[in-house]
Amino acid sequence: MPIDPLFFWAFAALTLGGALLTITLRSAVHCAIALIASLAGVAGLYLLQKAEFLFAVQIVLYIGGIMVLFLFVIMLVNLDAAARERQFHKRWWAGLAATLATGALLIYYLAKGASGLRAAPMPAQPAGNTEQLSDLLFSEYLLPFELVSLLLLVAIVGSVIMAKKRIV
Amino acid sequence: MTSPYPILSILGILIVTLTLAAGLIWLERRLLALWQDRYGPNRVGPFGLLQVLADMIKIFFKEDWIPPFADKAVFVAAPAIIVVTVLMSFAVVPVAPGIIVSDLDVGLLFVLAMSSLGVYSVVLAGWSSDNKYALLGGVRAAAQMLSYEVFMGLSLMGVVLLAGSFNLTAIVEAQRNLWFVAPQFLGFVLFLIAGAAETRRLPFDLPEAESELIAGFHSEYSGMKFGMFFVGEYLGVILISCLITILFFGGWLGPVLPPIVWFLIKVMFFIAFFILMRAALPRPRFDQLMSWGWKLMLPLALANLLITGAVVLAWRS
Repeated sequence: MPIDPLFFWAFAALTLGGALLTITLRSAVHCAIALIASLAGVAGLYLLQKAEFLFAVQIVLYIGGIMVLFLFVIMLVNLDAAARERQFHKRWWAGLAATLATGALLIYYLAKGASGLRAAPMPAQPAGNTEQLSDLLFSEYLLPFELVSLLLLVAIVGSVIMAKKRIV
Repeated sequence: MTSPYPILSILGILIVTLTLAAGLIWLERRLLALWQDRYGPNRVGPFGLLQVLADMIKIFFKEDWIPPFADKAVFVAAPAIIVVTVLMSFAVVPVAPGIIVSDLDVGLLFVLAMSSLGVYSVVLAGWSSDNKYALLGGVRAAAQMLSYEVFMGLSLMGVVLLAGSFNLTAIVEAQRNLWFVAPQFLGFVLFLIAGAAETRRLPFDLPEAESELIAGFHSEYSGMKFGMFFVGEYLGVILISCLITILFFGGWLGPVLPPIVWFLIKVMFFIAFFILMRAALPRPRFDQLMSWGWKLMLPLALANLLITGAVVLAWRS
């Protein structure tokens, strides 16, 4: 695949550097900005793979929607007190185990090389794959798609109930 | 299809948009004055035209002050974000056949993505100023932009359904017989309102609301950093006018006159309309703004999408 390696390394560095800064910086807003940079790097990687639709959706939803909400909450809540608290949860070992397991899985497949991964066939027309994506999403993968939206609906109803607990 | 003269297109669009943004400051003050029955700037040069130049010289020589309590890095970066994101959007705007920087396949989504990034400028400026009024302005901006972005995207999906493409050039070409404003009038009205909210112009200027928040998110800014917010706002007005022209009024299409002239005429009309809106409308309360967005505009946009989809489906079968 003709990927401009320079861009790939730049976006990869942005993604990983942003992720590292997200968990190491002290100020919550700085962490959020680092996370935005990391997500933007992922969007750039999508663009390099010619997944233009995913690139746009990544920016509109994650950077333009979810991260704005994050910032909104950070600005509304006083986080100075939270920053002074102990930064590690009691069950930190569970997180560590999950991270190590994921890392081991990735390293296993990377070591196995490209033969271990099943590559999807390259679409006949690389540019303009938005239509192909929506065709697949609403025909072959309709059930999983609708199930995911049901999951989101449950989450919305749940958060409304939690927010209105004292009123009802 | 990309432009035959890419560098020329980039330079041309950059120079024209930035000059237009500066010229709009003069135009807005003169038009507002006309509609409010006063003179406006009329002393410096013919018709006060050189007032812009005088203002520019003044703003460049002002002290570039950063408050000692501000978060310096974020404070400096915030004004740049708005100008960068809006100028990026102009990359996919087809001015006339062949005059476009990048004819992106998902052009419309790209514009929406860039406009959703613009909000960070205001939010981060409000936060980094470390000032009550600025913070309130930033929080308001975050809530307002988030609510109005949702139906801004939805209101355009009717146009996408009719044209069958996200590509802005294809959308213009699909309007050869009929401008989309006729079948998509509701979509047009919704987008106009959302566009005004995105640029934070007067009926929707709650993030800066002079009479309640001093100057909101840019209270602590001065000199050219303040100027960047100003230029960004005018660039946003030009961008929204360009988008309305392209999506609903047939872009460069029109009889007799060359395409680029038609495009400019239509864009100037909508710019003047945005200025008229500022002259004519009062500012709503913040809770009114939010409830309009979620309880009126969003259901209307969804209904528009549903009906358009049903009609297009019935038409094809």
